[in-house]
Amino acid sequence: MIQTHTYTVQTRTPASQLAAIGAAILLIVAVAVPLFASRSLIQDLFFILTMLTLAQFWNLLAGYGGLVSVGQQAFVGLGAYALFGAAILWGMDPVAALMLSGIAAAVVAVPTAFFAFRLQGAYFAIGTWVVAEVVRLSVAQWKAVGGGTGTSLPPDARDFWGVATVESLFDVRASAARDIVTYWLALALAVVTVGGIYWLLRTKRGLALAAVRDNIEAAKSVGVDAGRMKWLVFIVSAFGTGVAGGLIYLQKARISPDAAFSVTDWTAYVIFIVVIGGIGTIEGPIIGVLVFFALQSLLADFGSWYLMVLGGLGILVMLFAPRGLWGLISNKTGLQLFPIRRRLYPTPKK
Amino acid sequence: MSILSLQNVSKSFGALTVSDDVSFDVPKGEALGIIGPNGAGKSTLFNLINGKFAPDRGRITFDGVDVTKVPPMQRCLAGVGRSFQIPQPFGNLTVFENLLVSATHGQGRSEREVTAECAAILEQTELMAVANTTAGTLSLLQRKRLELARAMATGPKLLLLDEIAGGLTEGECRSLIETIKSIHAGGITIIWIEHVLHALNSVVERLLVLDFGKVIGLGAPAEIMESREVREIYLGIDI
Repeated sequence: MIQTHTYTVQTRTPASQLAAIGAAILLIVAVAVPLFASRSLIQDLFFILTMLTLAQFWNLLAGYGGLVSVGQQAFVGLGAYALFGAAILWGMDPVAALMLSGIAAAVVAVPTAFFAFRLQGAYFAIGTWVVAEVVRLSVAQWKAVGGGTGTSLPPDARDFWGVATVESLFDVRASAARDIVTYWLALALAVVTVGGIYWLLRTKRGLALAAVRDNIEAAKSVGVDAGRMKWLVFIVSAFGTGVAGGLIYLQKARISPDAAFSVTDWTAYVIFIVVIGGIGTIEGPIIGVLVFFALQSLLADFGSWYLMVLGGLGILVMLFAPRGLWGLISNKTGLQLFPIRRRLYPTPKK
Repeated sequence: MSILSLQNVSKSFGALTVSDDVSFDVPKGEALGIIGPNGAGKSTLFNLINGKFAPDRGRITFDGVDVTKVPPMQRCLAGVGRSFQIPQPFGNLTVFENLLVSATHGQGRSEREVTAECAAILEQTELMAVANTTAGTLSLLQRKRLELARAMATGPKLLLLDEIAGGLTEGECRSLIETIKSIHAGGITIIWIEHVLHALNSVVERLLVLDFGKVIGLGAPAEIMESREVREIYLGIDI
């Protein structure tokens, strides 16, 4: 075979290079936020960052792995309860216990996957939801952490790693210092999540994930281990969701089974964020979480109308922009902030 | 030495026997054509060879190894490449990425290592012009070519082509035959299921005839085309 050209592969785009610089600046500003921002702004940003983390993991599951789970609240709740349990029973520092949150969620994800992977499509969704309910009911029996009514983080656990330092450094009260530390942790978690998922998608495993999403039979016939890819995203998502859950309830400092295993708060909103923003992209959940937060702030005074507007908007986007807001933008402009497309170009002759 | 050997392979779905005591050998480097009426069990035979189905009875040996119970993914790694009858591209990936995923996973190598090889296959299968196009937007001929290219990217020793010429115009069919011939000339063993007999006969060295899951003929194309069974099946001649 005579080859007339040599070829090189490129993923970078001019926009992505600008985006990388923008992201670096944004990150520096985000780290410095506690220096100048009000406490309520820090709390809002904490909410945005943790929801972004949950949305990125759900997107990894559904948008790339084809696993439409409606049971992610199981892992949020497990992560949260693992943290409370470790702090209350063992006196563990809650920040160190965050790792335990992830591990607890990942461990429970193994039997969940074993059971749920036997189900396809809508049955998988229902199966994961059922598992989440079972976990919620089981945890509600755990008397040491308050059973069905829940409990608060004990006073000595509230003085977790970093709080005293921030307290003296910024000259703020302990409660404000806790918000600052949890904000930084949420920022770190979101950055690691987005960065880690982006890295995964650029490896050959990422290609395999996309192939499994598009056509699982064909993927198997070209040598992709489809089963292993599903396990990988399910366990990784459970771990990350668990850590996020632990962090969310560390900031709240009060937990109950109904709140920590809420399907509305930790799965329905998250699905809304991903669908509105654009499923199957990293940019989508970022846009989605901003839209979600804006809507929540605007409609905060309208009670249940708020949920109806969210639902209506979700349906409209699904009908008229099935690839979400980011899909609309990137279709019109060809923009990719986190490029994963491998483009083949002939190498210019020297 | 034969690269593929089926010994007394049978497969039933309920009362329906789709492969009935099938035995044949394919020597290394051969191009074998498989013909037979609709429902004769041709695609089933491919599913047995590539591991999607496990046979109820019998033995399948590939490249000297018993693969009877080996799943499709491992058979692909061992060197069985397959194109589907209805093209099944990874629609949201580009043509090049379709090949890249096949080459990296089908051969267990890194993206960097396989880039040049994927580019060469794109040139050979005349897909270079659409390398960066998403596969979901391709024409039928391009999709058929992509099936071929993607199977090639897995680095096959044996290539299974399932009705790859079906639905193409005369001109498209001729250009595809040239590509298949060049692949065969490269030393890859080919088993090709096809209804477009003139396309098939211009490439293959032997023909195998299936009917109701049974092998009813195996030999040189000219000889097979003259045989009574084939004439009955294809020309409806009652003898």
